[in-house]
Amino acid sequence: MTAIVQANHLRKTFGDHVAVDDVSLQIQPGEIYGLVGADGAGKTTTMRLLVGALKPDAGEIEICGYDVLRQVEQARSQIGYLSQRFSMYEDLTVLENIRFFAEVRGLSQTEWLPRSMEILEFVGLADFKDRRAGQLSGGMKQKLGLASALVTRPRVLLLDEPTTGVDPVTRQDFWQLVIKLVSAPLNLHPKSGNLGVVSQKDEGGVSVIISTPYMDEASRCHRVGFMKAGRIIVEDTPSNLRARLTGRVLELRGQPISALRHVAHQDTDVEDVAAFGDRLHLRVRASTAQAVLKRLPHEIEMVGGVLTELRPIPPVLEDVFIALSEPNHE
Amino acid sequence: MNEPVILVENLTRKFGDFVAVDHIHFQIQAGEVVGYLGPNGSGKTTTIRMLLGLLEPTEGKATVLGYDAFTQSEEVRARVGYMSQKFAIYDDLTTLENLTFYGGVYGITDKPRILQTLELVGLQGHGSTLTRDLSTGWRQRLALGIALVHQPKLLFLDEPTSGVDPTARRAFWDLIYELAAGGVTILVTTHYMDEAEYCERVGIMRDGKLLAMDTPLNLKANLISGDVWEVFAEPLQSGLNLLPGLPGVLRVGLSGDHLRVIAQRGFEKDIWVKALQSQGVQVNQVMAGDATLEDVFLNLAKRD
Repeated sequence: MTAIVQANHLRKTFGDHVAVDDVSLQIQPGEIYGLVGADGAGKTTTMRLLVGALKPDAGEIEICGYDVLRQVEQARSQIGYLSQRFSMYEDLTVLENIRFFAEVRGLSQTEWLPRSMEILEFVGLADFKDRRAGQLSGGMKQKLGLASALVTRPRVLLLDEPTTGVDPVTRQDFWQLVIKLVSAPLNLHPKSGNLGVVSQKDEGGVSVIISTPYMDEASRCHRVGFMKAGRIIVEDTPSNLRARLTGRVLELRGQPISALRHVAHQDTDVEDVAAFGDRLHLRVRASTAQAVLKRLPHEIEMVGGVLTELRPIPPVLEDVFIALSEPNHE
Repeated sequence: MNEPVILVENLTRKFGDFVAVDHIHFQIQAGEVVGYLGPNGSGKTTTIRMLLGLLEPTEGKATVLGYDAFTQSEEVRARVGYMSQKFAIYDDLTTLENLTFYGGVYGITDKPRILQTLELVGLQGHGSTLTRDLSTGWRQRLALGIALVHQPKLLFLDEPTSGVDPTARRAFWDLIYELAAGGVTILVTTHYMDEAEYCERVGIMRDGKLLAMDTPLNLKANLISGDVWEVFAEPLQSGLNLLPGLPGVLRVGLSGDHLRVIAQRGFEKDIWVKALQSQGVQVNQVMAGDATLEDVFLNLAKRD
């Protein structure tokens, strides 16, 4: 199978600042790839390079085999892009907004209406087609953004922090749509009347590249690339990333929390202590968990603390993110 | 027990026929960090506006730091800090100038106090940085500093770390816990589960009603009516379509490369796994999962 997105050794500088430093990406059909990293790690710049909005200082990008720099039109026609602050015309209706995007992208009179209706049906906005965009809820606006990005039937969808500012029920809906797009490539033959995104037979579904500050979202991706100072320092599936810390995260509950915290910080095998309301999460050095589990109850007792629970818990992506972010990690 | 910092009794606010906040009760003690979770339009902001004395309750009352929130709102506001997402920070001013400006609003002019606040939020040495050059995480800290400059006893935070990466969020929350340890009471309104997880207690709002308020641990134990399973199956879409109709299955959601199933507590999982397999779905792995606040929220949101 050929990659939908193939980027090699991308580099982008702004003055002295290296925003993207030797980034290579290979995205397969039907893959959801998450880009995570701290503010300023280079996620948005990478996205903008991939859509051709910025020109790299070095490196190449191919989208479905088209060179983003030399075959701009063909490459762009394969991309749907939803930026952090996508704009819509608040005075236009839902359908008029989509029509606008469709016509800008060169869809003909006969094409845009049936296709727009299919897509509105898919994202669940068909009943609201005549509502002004300004009157939509946050979740509906986001779906309209997604619909606009889908109207050209792109093979790859780039979503730059799409769920900032929407509530969990809406986020769950949004993800169901994204996962449906990639996992069940419905037919979209112009005449079939079925919504979907690609008609290519054996190349699978749409690919998605999504950047997010939320680790619960990153864990829904097939693969996650962790960016730091312009580089992708680690790239793997969420389960493999979590496996790096298996057995190394402990949950500690008891009273008083400040004393527990102090004791945990003092322990030389404890690398990190994070408070979560009424409990603490400790990350311990590799293969020291058993020793720490034995030692801590005694140490807590020594300072007059009361231990309610101390147990190993499965690591989550947030633990991995924090560990990778530490300055001494490379 | 000491007098609660916030005491809300039967608090209700109607706008015409619309009941924005519907007879809610809760108490918050000094030094507590409490989350107030709900989707947009669930009544979170209306509650906060009543607690700040900006809006008169239709029924019931709110007492904040011992003062009636509506009739003694000036007393309340002098002792309360409010940090909002949409808060106006002047981009053309430096961090120190912003802090000095807002200090002035509260009548705080003494320079050491302003510098002390800058240090408290970890911006020492960045007093002369223009605000527009700050990253999201640092802007958040400045906004917190502005809310803290008059040393409030109670702090309202509105989605304080939305859009902030996990490391910056961790640093922010360490600061919040420090403040709470010093006796400041904190109420965080949010629709992000990750933020709610950091709170000692969490209240869940929907359609104006406070559906529950408890520790995250108790919410998960009491409000998830079943066991959580992580199911790796192929094809995913067939699993998603078939599972809701199978015996014992309460709820099914997609979770990236697998499905998340909530099944009746204690129900033998092999029964629905076998049923799934008999309909042509290949089940590769089924693992016990941990309930999350998102499960609690989705569970409450669906209930009628």
